[in-house]
Amino acid sequence: MKLSHEQVRHIAWLARLGLSEEDVEKFSLQLSNILENIEILRQVDTTGVPPATHSITLRNVFRKDDVVDSYSQTQILSNAPEQEENCFKVQPILE
Amino acid sequence: MQATELHQLTIHEAHELLKQRKTSSLELTKSVLKRINDVEGRVRACVTIAEDIALKEADKVDAYMRAGHEITPLTGIPALIKDVICTKGIKTTCSSKMLQNFVPPYDATVIEKLNAQKAVIVGKTNMDEFAMGSSTEHSAFFATHNPWDLSRVPGGSSGGSAVAVSTDEAIYALGSDTGGSIRQPAGFCSVVALRPTYGRVSRFGLLAFASSLDQIGPMTKDVTDCALVMNAIAGHDPRDSTSVPHPVPDYAQHLVPDIKGLKIGIPGEYLVEGMQTEVRAALERAVDKLQELGAEVDWGVSLPHTKYALAAYYIIAPSEASANLARYDGVKYGFSAGNASNVIQATERTRQFGFGPEVKRRIMLGTYALSAGYYDAYYVKAQQVRTLIKQEFDQVLQRYDALVTPTSPTVPFKLGEKLEDPMQMYLSDICTLPISIAGIPAISIPAGFADNLPIGMQIIGKPFSEGVLLRIAFAYEQATDWHSRKPPLS
Repeated sequence: MKLSHEQVRHIAWLARLGLSEEDVEKFSLQLSNILENIEILRQVDTTGVPPATHSITLRNVFRKDDVVDSYSQTQILSNAPEQEENCFKVQPILE
Repeated sequence: MQATELHQLTIHEAHELLKQRKTSSLELTKSVLKRINDVEGRVRACVTIAEDIALKEADKVDAYMRAGHEITPLTGIPALIKDVICTKGIKTTCSSKMLQNFVPPYDATVIEKLNAQKAVIVGKTNMDEFAMGSSTEHSAFFATHNPWDLSRVPGGSSGGSAVAVSTDEAIYALGSDTGGSIRQPAGFCSVVALRPTYGRVSRFGLLAFASSLDQIGPMTKDVTDCALVMNAIAGHDPRDSTSVPHPVPDYAQHLVPDIKGLKIGIPGEYLVEGMQTEVRAALERAVDKLQELGAEVDWGVSLPHTKYALAAYYIIAPSEASANLARYDGVKYGFSAGNASNVIQATERTRQFGFGPEVKRRIMLGTYALSAGYYDAYYVKAQQVRTLIKQEFDQVLQRYDALVTPTSPTVPFKLGEKLEDPMQMYLSDICTLPISIAGIPAISIPAGFADNLPIGMQIIGKPFSEGVLLRIAFAYEQATDWHSRKPPLS
């Protein structure tokens, strides 16, 4: 499986990851190499084998809906790069 | 007691001295801080040293002890914590530019549990960025050096914690293990480290890399200490729905040097091509020792799906990482690149300049594996193979109490040697990945040296058989002296 530059750019777009042209070139080669090594999975007969999402089988984990203290607005905002009027500040979403 | 310096003590030795009032938490903490000061320039194991907080805490603990309160095994004992575990009021960076200034507003559950025992947290240790790597060279800040040979890597991603324990910069440390990140550096630095069964230790406050694989575990100077730290951190947590509500045994009770009649298997697939002859020889000697101690050893065990574990892991872990790391958008916390004209560009730029190359590589790989048209071929396929690997372990472990393998196929490699070749770096975890995929516990303990470079032995067990693993490790440790050797750092 060889990843083209165009595919690398598309994946980066899906991941919202800015890449330099140099990165695109490098990832095209490296990811292709990794995927080649992953091709070995095709050799395994997995007909009828259920996929494992976890290594333990816990189902329907419930807890009591107890009221507990949470964090204050100040605490939660304390790491925000930008804030305004007790809110996280983001770029405009609507033009 | 020999004329040992305080920082060289184990937890149980330091605890005895504290109990007898022969030392104080402040003296222990100062000794550790001095040791950090002396060796840190050479090994660079720490990202943050919280000297003031630690001294203040030690002082408080001493007052508490002077007041006559009962103390527990970790009370007053200084520890270092891998920088992927949230510590309230102490920076938690994941060794990433993305979180360089992040100060968590809360403690991870394991930190709450250490605090409940009045442990003293001295600082945070270096790691591969977001725990992705096997050498600690992927830290965005600096590489950590192996104290046994400063030109070599300490392993990773918990390289800083492994080095800190090995060089006595802490009495013990916590690490985290996704594909081998506790065990491989422990093997490379000659310390003891346990990856618990998935769900045994709460992941709340552990910055998520691959949620179905991540586990926190102890990194210690000997097996007794490992049991004591497990006693403190294991247990169910309502804030982690994947933590398991089984009762926690007293792991210290399992420290009996008797393994007569235990059945131990050695899976042939782990004695892989490319394994160093010295590593294989060390494993053979270690297994002979276990046999001498009364274990029934079988060299004929086979786990044929082992060879698919690496491929399955490098689909599953990056896929989960790509989802988990989507939260780093420069809005709620962490680095923000700024200078963007719209919200998408702002996110892209933040992630471009906030993440390092290995993190980007894995986000890309995971995003690809989960994208339309490839999901079934890669992600679902890898999860099916995960089922087969797990079933295979379950079946074999019905017949054996434990399996034994080398922790790594080689001794520590040179800094820079694998940095530009991701596939080679990934292969250094070949012996630890399958265990993570199966979610079962494994301990790595010192098992020899080749030209003064450490070799680790991995002991693997059934789910929740940490006690059996500690018992085998303890018996081996009592019969050998590898764990008491110290790296050549003055």
